[in-house]
Amino acid sequence: MSLTLEQVQRIAHLARIEVSEAEALTTQSHLNGIFQLIEQMQAVDTRGVEPMAHAQDLSQRLRQDAVTEPDGRAAFQAVAPEVEAGLYLVPKVIE
Amino acid sequence: MTQWEVVIGIETHAQLATVSKIFSGASTAFGAEPNTQACAVDLALPGVLPVLNKKAVECAMRFGLAIGAEVAAKSVFARKNYFYPDLPKGYQISQMDLPVVVGGEIPVMVGQGDKAYEKVVHLTRAHLEEDAGKSLHEDFHGKSGIDLNRAGTPLLEIVTEPDMRSSDEAVAYAKALHALVQWIGICDGNMQEGSFRCDANVSVRPKGQVEFGTRREIKNLNSFRFLKEAIDFEVQWQINEIEEGRKIQQATVLFDPDNGETRVMRTKEDAHDYRYFPDPDLLPLIISADWLARVKGELPELPTQKRERFISELGLSTYDATTLTASQEMADYFESTVTIAGKANAKPCANWVMVDLTARLNKEGKELADSPVSAAQLAGLIQRIADNTISNNIAKKVFEVLWNGEGATADEVIDKQGLKQITDSGAIESLVDEVLAANPGNVAEFKAGKEKAFNALVGQVMKAAKGKANPQQVNDLLRLKLSA
Repeated sequence: MSLTLEQVQRIAHLARIEVSEAEALTTQSHLNGIFQLIEQMQAVDTRGVEPMAHAQDLSQRLRQDAVTEPDGRAAFQAVAPEVEAGLYLVPKVIE
Repeated sequence: MTQWEVVIGIETHAQLATVSKIFSGASTAFGAEPNTQACAVDLALPGVLPVLNKKAVECAMRFGLAIGAEVAAKSVFARKNYFYPDLPKGYQISQMDLPVVVGGEIPVMVGQGDKAYEKVVHLTRAHLEEDAGKSLHEDFHGKSGIDLNRAGTPLLEIVTEPDMRSSDEAVAYAKALHALVQWIGICDGNMQEGSFRCDANVSVRPKGQVEFGTRREIKNLNSFRFLKEAIDFEVQWQINEIEEGRKIQQATVLFDPDNGETRVMRTKEDAHDYRYFPDPDLLPLIISADWLARVKGELPELPTQKRERFISELGLSTYDATTLTASQEMADYFESTVTIAGKANAKPCANWVMVDLTARLNKEGKELADSPVSAAQLAGLIQRIADNTISNNIAKKVFEVLWNGEGATADEVIDKQGLKQITDSGAIESLVDEVLAANPGNVAEFKAGKEKAFNALVGQVMKAAKGKANPQQVNDLLRLKLSA
């Protein structure tokens, strides 16, 4: 399969990446190159092979349920672009 | 005219009862100052890694076990990608293809009394995920304020099959689920604080049609009343649309409690494309048979098990047993009452708890936990009815006295107020004789075949006895004397 230019622009929009028309063309050929690789891989017979969710064949380590992180607001907010009343301020969003 | 059938599925977000977040060691306590419980992981600072909270997993396991579902030996966390300022990573860690809980069912009782019926709601799945932060849209110089304390709070998203056929069934399910998650200790159930919130997928179809209609999803209903009102409004709206020749468009809608209407938040065209994929930061979650068995061993007796036991051991009806196991408080109260009053009195215990006590609590807007009458006090009262010390009517008076805190035990109240039932047949006989002598009119009427006159005579005897005569004895003696 290969991506249309329109699909490339939609993906860029979903990822909030601004691409010019020229960049979109380059990106399209890059992505389609990747799709060719995927097609090659898909040609391999994987019957009877359990799909992996992770490249490492290990299981998730768990932590005990305990509060270990103290309040670090002052330090975090010292490097935030804008804060008020303990809140991080962002451009207005209303859905 | 077309008969319409309503089809409802429910998704519930239950906040899990952990002290720390699902992937970080920040506190989940409610009501803290903004951003004081948002650590580097919750803020998605560069270089941080999520580490899964064991207790959150055990909560999911408890739930799966409680509803007879499959608890997956292997489940996988995935990234659900979307951009919103209260989601700092740009994705929510959730589960997609391999959720931790698969299947299961919850039996619920719909309606009351004779009209009540049982409905089994099947579950599709339940998966672990993290909550987002909160956006505050009050005016901060034209900007929005973000509080990330809630970001990373563990949630169990519980999804049903489209099994429900009315708003009543949907509410009955939501209530049963709400009671269950508290019963097994995985969620505090606090709806005001957002610990338990429901989304309802609603569609309608002509009765008999096999295919589902197009559904609309009502988001974020945080009370049972809103759940019912929102569904009722939505159903009527959809039927009207179709009957007027319009098609339902798949959409996500919000319910406005102020005007009782639903309004569109987004349609299918601008629906999110979440681009789920397995989160490379997290390895698969493996749940061993040993671990699962240990968690199973820690579960309390479940509502369904208790219900079966109430039916088989105590001889209660399905309706009574279901009602009494609707919440753990009620089941515990009832069991304490029966333990003292004795199994033989299980049915009167059930009636007193379900009817008299519940009515009194409702009248004063009290919860069972705040009941002024304890299970032991109620059991003492029921024992005195059972051994004929007092009649049911007198018992109601004693109950009031106990409720008002004017006596420590039923025995004390009965003693102090001289409420002991008169069972001495000699005493009752003399009362009966007096009444017969004083009411020749009624006697004549009865002899002429008027059954009503008999009741009048019983009433007179009871009145003379100040309500304390044993009604059965009064009846028997009167009949005996009148037939003589």
